[in-house]
Amino acid sequence: MGKPNDLVQGTLDLLILKTVSLADMHGWAIAKRIQQVSGEVLQVQQGSLYPALHRLEQQGWIKAKWAESETGRQAKFYSLTAAGHAQLDKETANWNRLSAAIGLVMDEA
Amino acid sequence: MRWFAQLRMRIQMLFMRGKADSRLDDELRFHLDRQIAENVAAGMSAEEARYAALRAFGNPALLREQTRATWSWTWLELLLRDVRFGVRTLRRTPGFAIVAILVMALGIGANVALFTVVRSVLLKPLPFAEPERLVALYEQSADGQFPFNVIAPGVFAEWKKQNRSFSDLALIGDAEFSLSGAGGQLPEKMHGATCTWNLLSTLGVQPALGRNFTAADDRHAANATVLMSWGLWKRRFGGNPAILNQTIHLDGQAYTVIGILPAWFAYPDAATQLWTPVYHYEPAEYMEHIDNHQFDVIGRLKPGITAAQAVADLSVITRRLHDQHLDNSFVSKAANIRPLLEDMVGDIRRPLYILLAATGCVLLIACLNVANLLVARAAARRKELAIRTALGGGRLRLLRERLMESLLLSAAGGALGLLLAYGAVRWLVSTRQGMSRVEAIAIDGAVAAFTVALIVLCALFAGFISSLSAKGNQLLLSLQDSARGSSTGRAHTALRKSLLAAEVGLTVVLLISAGLLLKSYQRLRSSDLGCATENVLTMRLGLPGARYKTPGPAPVNFFETLLGRVRALPGVEAAGIVEAVPGQGYWQDEGFSVVEHPPLPQGKSQYAIFRWADPGYFAAMGIPLLRGQTFDPSRKLDQANQAIINAAFAKQYFPNEDALGKHLKNEKEDHEIVGIVGDTRYSLAKEPKPIQYYPLYAGKENSGVLVFRSSRNVEQLALPVQRIIQEMDHDLPVSDVLTMDQLLGKSTQDESFNATLLVAFAALSLLLAAAGLFGVLSYIVAQRTGEIGIRIALGAQRQQVLRQVLFDGLRPALFGLGFGLAASVGAARLIRSMLYGTQALDPAVFAAVSVTLLLVAALACLLPAWRGSQLDPVQALRME
Repeated sequence: MGKPNDLVQGTLDLLILKTVSLADMHGWAIAKRIQQVSGEVLQVQQGSLYPALHRLEQQGWIKAKWAESETGRQAKFYSLTAAGHAQLDKETANWNRLSAAIGLVMDEA
Repeated sequence: MRWFAQLRMRIQMLFMRGKADSRLDDELRFHLDRQIAENVAAGMSAEEARYAALRAFGNPALLREQTRATWSWTWLELLLRDVRFGVRTLRRTPGFAIVAILVMALGIGANVALFTVVRSVLLKPLPFAEPERLVALYEQSADGQFPFNVIAPGVFAEWKKQNRSFSDLALIGDAEFSLSGAGGQLPEKMHGATCTWNLLSTLGVQPALGRNFTAADDRHAANATVLMSWGLWKRRFGGNPAILNQTIHLDGQAYTVIGILPAWFAYPDAATQLWTPVYHYEPAEYMEHIDNHQFDVIGRLKPGITAAQAVADLSVITRRLHDQHLDNSFVSKAANIRPLLEDMVGDIRRPLYILLAATGCVLLIACLNVANLLVARAAARRKELAIRTALGGGRLRLLRERLMESLLLSAAGGALGLLLAYGAVRWLVSTRQGMSRVEAIAIDGAVAAFTVALIVLCALFAGFISSLSAKGNQLLLSLQDSARGSSTGRAHTALRKSLLAAEVGLTVVLLISAGLLLKSYQRLRSSDLGCATENVLTMRLGLPGARYKTPGPAPVNFFETLLGRVRALPGVEAAGIVEAVPGQGYWQDEGFSVVEHPPLPQGKSQYAIFRWADPGYFAAMGIPLLRGQTFDPSRKLDQANQAIINAAFAKQYFPNEDALGKHLKNEKEDHEIVGIVGDTRYSLAKEPKPIQYYPLYAGKENSGVLVFRSSRNVEQLALPVQRIIQEMDHDLPVSDVLTMDQLLGKSTQDESFNATLLVAFAALSLLLAAAGLFGVLSYIVAQRTGEIGIRIALGAQRQQVLRQVLFDGLRPALFGLGFGLAASVGAARLIRSMLYGTQALDPAVFAAVSVTLLLVAALACLLPAWRGSQLDPVQALRME
């Protein structure tokens, strides 16, 4: 496996919000899920994941609670707050606009 | 609701940080364990799975740090960590910390105290309504001798009537009252003021209780009314409001108390206790004089009128008066003006600013000393710092630590200094009751802010200066340096030496300024007053005008009987009465003409200091009778038409003739000059001036100073004499019971105060500079132990080592001395106006300071140098 693709600045936040919006998840599961869904293209490093999770939590987009995980151990599960939902919608719209615009430019050539 | 979630998060992060920490550990460990489990599931061995997971995970400590960095309050956490670290480092060297904190406390304390005084006295606006519109007014005397002369009541009346520039003008005069005893209380002499009824409204002040004067109170025919200070009301009348509209007796006259002034009110000064309308107090014809300059005048400028416009307006009125009375040369031609605040504090501005500058120097020296100590510590910790830098400690991080350390020192010093300043201000207020606006001095919010600013400034200054020495790029060098036992590079001590030179230079400036003021003060105290000052006691008494009318026989009888009884007292060698003794001030002057001389041209005038004296005064005061004789004691009232002049008077007005037998015309009467006495000074700092003495027994004066002399312990006679006065008139208070020494001490209090404080500051900085020299040199010797050991082992003479180390220490002192002497020339110019009988560049002071400084520096260097020279080479080399 080559060097993992660098995530565009700010995109990781969007991916985390989106992933967490589907179900409450702990950090490891979030990383795993992003990796799987992206077809192993997007590798989320722990060094980026946990600072991002904590930053989102400090900002009030997501909240966390400790609960029993599928293996029976206590784990920290993250879920989206109401404000986080709104933020996700906004960011998604932004992303769609941006990728459509980039797509237009690329198609032109 | 997001703000709510954020707030909850913030509170959690602030108060449950420890729990959040362990939770973070759990979270990360969970992630790691899941990774291991996955690896095992993928078929790795347990060991392999663990290593692979760890590899993927990266540096766990770093990850934790990075995650924590997203938490709120991180800045606070870092700050606390720095503080904890700083406190721990300082506690490891308590001696250093205590010395540095004390040094800072002294520096900051002195500055805060002086700043409090400067701010309260000079900078704070007067506590009156729209104080910027208040001005003090003066006449410019026609002969130009007194550009700020006090005002004649007749001139004031014209100004008030004709001016177009002032919304109000008020007149203030001095008065001494004796408040009669009532209900077992002793009679008391106190300072008061006579004023026009509108004084308070001009200032924009209301009485705290009762009413203000009205125009109807301010007539000679009105009932006597008086306003009382808050302090007097509390002290003497128990703060009982029932005193309002009651009668008190001043100088034996009944006055109705109509109001009490606010506690903060202190105009014209803090000593004034009673105010009474001037047109009631003074005879009507007295208030018409246009040549008898007796009063202060304040005015409130109309909005939009400048001081220049106002003074032009008043000058026109004054000029008109002058032109109408060309025969009277004592009528002024012009007016003068200055802001009321400047008028009240102008005299003490320069001394206060100079003291503030001196404390600034002390603080700078204190900072330099602390910086020096910090540099020494940094040098001792070079190895530690180098290792930390090598391990990745950021340079900013190290700088922050250094600053935190100096901030801790100056904060502790500042807190202690604030306490010191509080004590110093209390002391100053209690010792300097006579200072203008002393009642306004208080530590307030602005002073607290100043203290904080000072602390931060000191911390930055000391911190940055000491950081200059921590050069990160010399990392390798310092690692090598400290690993080997060789001496540290020369460059490293250069900074400390220049700091020392600066310290010594500032000390020299302070020492020279203090030396000049001290010498000036000694000159002042040793200047010849022209009379006896040993074992002479003075006391002031004033006979109430109601019972001792002037002119008349009553005061003459009283004074004659009193002098007879005092002279009969065992131990009293001589006694006399005079209006004011030498050294007590100018008091008053009078115009005169010499009957035998041709009349003066119109508009010209002669005047000289004027004193009433009894025939025995000159003998009692030890003033030599040069020629002729004293007043004839048998000539009284109208018969007492004699005069005595002093030598300066004879020299100035009778240069080539015999003054004896000539006549002085003063007002309308002729007085024959019967004697010439020695010169005396009215103020220690002033050369003797011509004085004319007239007989007290003419009965025209009913107050004066009783002086008497004894061969020993004259103070013991104070009580018996006061008892005699009480027996003669039980309602007669005596004030200012002082020996001549005390009186002169009081009159030179300012000079003594300034000189003492400056000497204290200079001594403090000398001590600091010496401590700095000692510390640096001891440190250098300790650093060079190995080198010195090798030198001695190789055969260097111990004396040679001694000389070398001594020279090493003395060089910065010499540089500092040179720089300080140069700077002192400028400083001495600044204080020149405060010097009496002393040159600004007094060579004796400059030489004495240089010698003192070099001696102290040599002493400070001697011990470390001697220690260095006594090193045992074997011991020294083994230390490596």
